[in-house]
Amino acid sequence: MNQPAKSPARLLTPFNVIAAVILAGGAAIGLLRFIKGLGATTNLSNDVPWGLWIGFDVMTGVALAAGGFTITTAVYLFGMKEYKPIVRPAVLTGFLGYALVVVGLVVDLGRPWRLPYPFIVKAGPTSALFEIALCVMLYLTTLFIESTPAAFEWLGWKRLRKLVGSMTIALTIFGLLLSTLHQSTLGAMFLATPTRLHPLWHSTYIPVHFFVSAIAAGISMLIVEGSLSHRVFRDQVEISHEQFDKITIGLGKAGAVVLLTYFIIKVMAIGLENEWHYLATPYGALFLVELLGFVALPCFGFLLGYRERRPLLIRISAVITVIGIIFNRLNVSIFAYNWQLPAERRYIPHWMEIWVTVAIVTAGVVAFRWIVKRMPILHEHPEWRGVH
Amino acid sequence: MSVSRRGFLQGMAAGTLAAGTAGAAGFKHFEGYPGRYGLLHDVNLCVGCRSCEVACNQVNDNPPPEPPTADKSVFTKMRRPTSKQYTVVNRYLNEADGKPPVYRKQQCMHCNEPCCASVCFVHAFTKTPEGPVLYDPSVCVGCRYCVNACPYYALSYEYEKPFEPRVVRCTMCYPRIKKGLKPACAEACPMGAIKFGRREELIKLARERIRKRPADYIDHVYGEHEFGGTSWLVIGGTSFAKLGLFEGVTHESIPELGSGFLSVVPLIVSVYPGLLAGIYAFSKRKERLAREEREAAVSEAVSKASEETKQKLSAAADKAKKDKDNAVAQAVKKALAEAEKASGKEVSK
Amino acid sequence: MYHTMQDFLTFTKGSCYILAGLAVVIFIPFWLFLTDREKKN
Repeated sequence: MNQPAKSPARLLTPFNVIAAVILAGGAAIGLLRFIKGLGATTNLSNDVPWGLWIGFDVMTGVALAAGGFTITTAVYLFGMKEYKPIVRPAVLTGFLGYALVVVGLVVDLGRPWRLPYPFIVKAGPTSALFEIALCVMLYLTTLFIESTPAAFEWLGWKRLRKLVGSMTIALTIFGLLLSTLHQSTLGAMFLATPTRLHPLWHSTYIPVHFFVSAIAAGISMLIVEGSLSHRVFRDQVEISHEQFDKITIGLGKAGAVVLLTYFIIKVMAIGLENEWHYLATPYGALFLVELLGFVALPCFGFLLGYRERRPLLIRISAVITVIGIIFNRLNVSIFAYNWQLPAERRYIPHWMEIWVTVAIVTAGVVAFRWIVKRMPILHEHPEWRGVH
Repeated sequence: MSVSRRGFLQGMAAGTLAAGTAGAAGFKHFEGYPGRYGLLHDVNLCVGCRSCEVACNQVNDNPPPEPPTADKSVFTKMRRPTSKQYTVVNRYLNEADGKPPVYRKQQCMHCNEPCCASVCFVHAFTKTPEGPVLYDPSVCVGCRYCVNACPYYALSYEYEKPFEPRVVRCTMCYPRIKKGLKPACAEACPMGAIKFGRREELIKLARERIRKRPADYIDHVYGEHEFGGTSWLVIGGTSFAKLGLFEGVTHESIPELGSGFLSVVPLIVSVYPGLLAGIYAFSKRKERLAREEREAAVSEAVSKASEETKQKLSAAADKAKKDKDNAVAQAVKKALAEAEKASGKEVSK
Repeated sequence: MYHTMQDFLTFTKGSCYILAGLAVVIFIPFWLFLTDREKKN
């Protein structure tokens, strides 16, 4: 199932060429950022110090990489073995996702070489960011180790493969612990900014909102990515379409329940602080679009898709949910943030910020493709068939 | 909303039962460093001359304020502090009340419990015993959480520097204070709209002014308690909301609001391992019991089947024996009958 | 003696992070020791 070595000419596929251009451009902009400063490559200001790179690359990226802990928990802690075929692609996506979050962060930080400082020079443990930095660092390590079984099988390193295999349960527990912490704390960052985040999104419970929506994001990304992989990497896939559809339908059931829960707690948050009157404002309209169009609607989609056993409906709902999570994170960090500032002081991303973001996503896709075509991600390695 | 209820709700928020933690620090109250300094800004006295801006820029080696003080068109837009100008004076129009415009100086408020200090993950900010909140550029990683969180939009960042960007803001002229001098703005103000002194004294002074001229002042010292209180206190005759300040906000400080959830983190870390290991053990146990049940059912079926087979075999064996006995009996009868017939023939001869 | 809540919280949260880390680390040998003899059955 491994690809034979390609001749140079065959490497020049349209995808490869476009990806190379995007990545080269991204690298160039990254270089420019370090030569001329953030001001030259972003539209960040004193009013809006956090833009697309934090709002999307970091915050949204972390939410969308949540499939890893969701599915490993389901398979290894709850014993739902029928989802085993999607564990490896999910963990790989998680690892690549978090690695790219770190890349996005490093480009955005004023002095990225000082990133270890909170742990080796001076700690600021009262900061939500301290906890996030610690947990993301540990979780990236966890995901890396969880990704190594496939690599070791491919390399034929049996002893190491056995070793990391024996750590699965511990890593899964650790991963769920770390994910609960940092997914919710990304929301908790905004507890320190009660006047700057619009009341409809700000809540004492924002950490819970972020955690529950992260699970919804994880489930939806498992469906979306899984469906794409099964089509694009058809030759690598081992399980039948029927089996994959069954997995999709099962995920749809989970998605319905999680989205309903999320919907309820978002409505509850309005009630708790008596914010109903904000719904009649323009920001209220934005909120309702997010809540009704991208939470309630896909919830119904999952609900019906599961009942009627319609994988296509579930896939569409998953796509809508993913867009909804992106929308929510951008609302919290950019659109509904600094909501009282006059329009001329608000933020629109610089094209270079957008390019770098696209480049980061492209890098993830390229790495994913390279690994999936070589390592036992979408299929089992013949020597390790049926093993844990 | 009381501290205890908010703290309790935040504990619940993590989906774990809070051990009844009342707030980020239990139910303690912190008075802050005794005798610390503050500044009292009386907006009734401010005329918008911007001498404070000039003095501030001079003392901090920044270029003179742009546009220059003579240019009054500067007030047509609201300004905020920048990396080259740590303080600005804005004009707030009062036409609705038929009153003349009011001017107010904006800068870092040097909060009692600073938001910036609370959100900094390298502890780059310190509240000094003298009152000013200081920034340490030697540890700053440049994450700009502080810039993003400050409710007063007081912090600025040096985006134009690729390798040594700093967060910049008013320092309350800390070096000058240490030398026994007043902050440059207080020194420079010709109208006495900025008064430097010990915060406790300034609050008393403010109340005194309000008491003496109740028609000219709103009976409230802004900064005494808002978000835990600030070093800059503001009094005046215009509502504070109209001056771009917060009205009706909690007395809880931002560290309190922002750190409450973080108290739950060690709780989650302590509870999850046991809980999740337990869930894992339960699911393994369920699997084991299901497997044992299956095996028991199979072996029962097997033994039932073998029992039936045994019975069938013995029944067949019995039947075979019976058949054999019958056949033997039949053969004997036949032989006897023939023997009888043969002996009968001989007798008749 | 902590004059500000910020200083108090820096100390308490810092110590709790360390305690939490110890808790996680201690749990692993604890669990392994607890379930050691299950394999015998």
